Amino acid sequence: MRSPSVVATALCALALPALAAALDPAAVRRLGAEGSEEKLAAVRQLVADGDPAATPVLQALSEGTLALAGERVVRPVEGRTVDAATGEAIDPPPADAATIDVNNRVRREVETGLAALRLLDPAREVRRAAAEELAGAASPELAPLLGRALARERDPATRALLALAHARASLESPDPAARAAAATDLGASASSAVRALLARHAGEEEPDAAVRRAAAASLAAVDRRLALGEYAGRLFSGISLASILLLAALGLAITYGVMGVINMAHGELLMIGAYATFAVQSVFARRFPGALDWYVAAAIPVAFLAAAVVGMAMERTVIRFLYGRPLETLLATWGLSLVLIQAVRSLFGPQNVAVANPSWMSGGFELMPDVVLPWNRIAIVGFSACVLALVWLFIGRTRLGMFVRAVTQDRVMAGCTGVPTGRVDTLAFGLGAGIAGLGGVALSQIANVGPEMGQAYCVDSFLVVVLGGVGQLAGAVWAALGLGLVTKLLEGWSGAVIAKIAVLVLVVVFIQKRPQGIFALKGRVVEG
Amino acid sequence: MTPAPRQPIVLRLLAATPRAGWLALGAFALTALVVVPGLYLFTPPGSPLHVPDHVLTVGGKIMCYAIVAVAMDLIWGYAGILSLGQGLFFALGGYAFGMYLMRGIGRDGVYQSDLPDFMVFLDWKALPWFWRGTDHLAWALALVIGVPALVAVLFGAFAFRSRIKGVYFSIITQALTYAAMLLFFRNETGFGGNNGFTDFKRIAGFSIVAPGTRATLFALTAAALAGTLVLVRFVVTSKYGRVLAAIRDSEERVRFLGYDPLWYKLLAWTLAAVLCAIAGALYVPHVGIINPSEMSPASSIEIAIWVAVGGRGTLLGPVLGAALVNLAKSWFTVAFPQLWVFFLGAIFVLVTLYLPDGVLGLGRRVLRRGVSA
Repeated sequence: MRSPSVVATALCALALPALAAALDPAAVRRLGAEGSEEKLAAVRQLVADGDPAATPVLQALSEGTLALAGERVVRPVEGRTVDAATGEAIDPPPADAATIDVNNRVRREVETGLAALRLLDPAREVRRAAAEELAGAASPELAPLLGRALARERDPATRALLALAHARASLESPDPAARAAAATDLGASASSAVRALLARHAGEEEPDAAVRRAAAASLAAVDRRLALGEYAGRLFSGISLASILLLAALGLAITYGVMGVINMAHGELLMIGAYATFAVQSVFARRFPGALDWYVAAAIPVAFLAAAVVGMAMERTVIRFLYGRPLETLLATWGLSLVLIQAVRSLFGPQNVAVANPSWMSGGFELMPDVVLPWNRIAIVGFSACVLALVWLFIGRTRLGMFVRAVTQDRVMAGCTGVPTGRVDTLAFGLGAGIAGLGGVALSQIANVGPEMGQAYCVDSFLVVVLGGVGQLAGAVWAALGLGLVTKLLEGWSGAVIAKIAVLVLVVVFIQKRPQGIFALKGRVVEG
Repeated sequence: MTPAPRQPIVLRLLAATPRAGWLALGAFALTALVVVPGLYLFTPPGSPLHVPDHVLTVGGKIMCYAIVAVAMDLIWGYAGILSLGQGLFFALGGYAFGMYLMRGIGRDGVYQSDLPDFMVFLDWKALPWFWRGTDHLAWALALVIGVPALVAVLFGAFAFRSRIKGVYFSIITQALTYAAMLLFFRNETGFGGNNGFTDFKRIAGFSIVAPGTRATLFALTAAALAGTLVLVRFVVTSKYGRVLAAIRDSEERVRFLGYDPLWYKLLAWTLAAVLCAIAGALYVPHVGIINPSEMSPASSIEIAIWVAVGGRGTLLGPVLGAALVNLAKSWFTVAFPQLWVFFLGAIFVLVTLYLPDGVLGLGRRVLRRGVSA
């Protein structure tokens, strides 16, 4: 947590006042006492006094260079020996100096004390690091020092940490009024560590009724905030899952809408997109290691093209000949998916391959202390929104998009008016496959990339299409969002497997009510 | 006009299958019920007539698959319902009978406890409620038929009532078996998690590896296959079967003619599920293991390809297809393990493209050409 350079900075900053000020000689002497309790009390007192001059002394104690010479506690400084209390050099050095031993308990106390003293450091980073350390472990003796540091502190992040540490230390105070005030202050927190602390003081262990009341009120506030944070986190993972489902299902919605073909190899097109990402990453690692962070940008067109080419080849060689036989198409595309999986397995090996997040996508946005939204998931949500917008523009605003819509609505009539239905089929299939490839790029950033990765998303994306209705982009969007949110909310409540089964049952029940999906095409249709 | 008197069911059952069919069935029964078990039991291992262990195992397995394929043909070939979840019913039957076999281990397991080993491993103290009574063969057999039938009726009623059909139905059944697989993979579900049931010791008091037991199992499976063929033949040639085929060809028209397809489809669907479950129950003692991978969407969809390879809408086709594909699988996984999946994928594509009526259809075409030439 604390780097040596930070310690060095702290020591340099403290060196000047250390020469001028003198520490409480009695307390310094007690550092050399026999018993650990005596030493502990001395350390606490030195820290509570808040004199920066105590830092080098405690440092020496922790490093094992502080020594007892008769009645004087001494420490070495640059080859000379100085009196620890006054900082004056002793010449000649005492001959009978014996090193003061400390046990782990004392050492821990010294570490905390050093952190507390660093709170008064002029450098902001040092103070923040110290506050972070103390927010987790502060003893009641530090409460006054923390209060003083809080009053002086201007940096908001450090202030928040300090306030927590202060309240924490005050909660252990022997004075009931201070404890009650601290309990009230802690109500502003959202960390589960504080919750545990408050729970202790709201219970029987706390002798004072007022403190118990204050702690209970704060506890409720913290619980509310924690629940809110958990809810927000779950909502976000639901949206994240929905964006993945959407990318997987958008292409499927197009191919199914246009040709009435369920493409069982759709998941494998995702897999091809993910492997294309892996290939681009490998090329970047070998040829342009400097630009490795931007391999994802290059992977997007490559994955789109790779998946689109495979998709169009599938359409030209197999699916084209099975029009009007949807069940047979299902089996044939399943066969294609087996071939694709085995081909990838032979080329890249059966194990998962490693696709790394670029550095700008790692880490996350901290919504609350316990709720972190990972950047890679945020990026994927944005990415799928972009893909959705582009697809919507393509379908709604371009000539080819109009052809696709025409073929979806009435293939024969579209053909009569001169739409080249055969070519539209191939292009639409390529587009759907390419979007699946884009989904593969997104998936490679958050999931394992292996030959079987597509199969897990296959069933889910079909459910999205079934739920959303045929040939309906809006239906697919709402269905993906609904399925993603419901799955994640149920998961938090009942576990992943039960959630999956519950979602399936919900889909079946939903189809009872609306057999044509959320957005059924208006009008009555009798099949031939 | 008086309606023609209905013939007794036995006569109708006999009349459903033509003479050639009965002859073929008789030959099959003679081979599988008498000749093969006889040669297996009563010839010495060195003799050229001896039937080795693995032939009996593979044969038994393939006959179980053939029952599943015939059941699949009943709903796909004759009713137009392509289920991609038949593996679920197969596995449910297998698990129900597997519970009986697990209880049959008694104290001979690794932990020498009354509970099955995996429960001891999970530190369970008592049997879960749904394991109660599974040490009785009769109750286990009731479960083999009852549980899959119940699941099929519930699911089918929901799905057919809302007129889910075609690819929609296929997808939903696939999701169903996928969800069930996830459920059975969990240790807490109480069916041994991803290891499933294995290490069986005895069946109805007889050692499961004894030659006599194995020969009996083989004969029983053959009898079940023959029974399935006769039953399905009877069903599809009956009036009910005609309506079923009409639903396959145009459900809307059947509805306009005043029939409610719901009951026709539901009966066929449930019957197929029960047949699959019986096959599953027979399959478990043959191979000695049942685990959730039987419920994977991949193994369910493979059933469809057996039927497609053999020829849909015939009864011999599925049996032939199940045998051909599985023999090929056994051979490939030994000779070229890498190539099997390519081959399987190629079958899926080529059969749907070039052999819409399967091997039987191809044979018929060749014969017809021979006659006309």
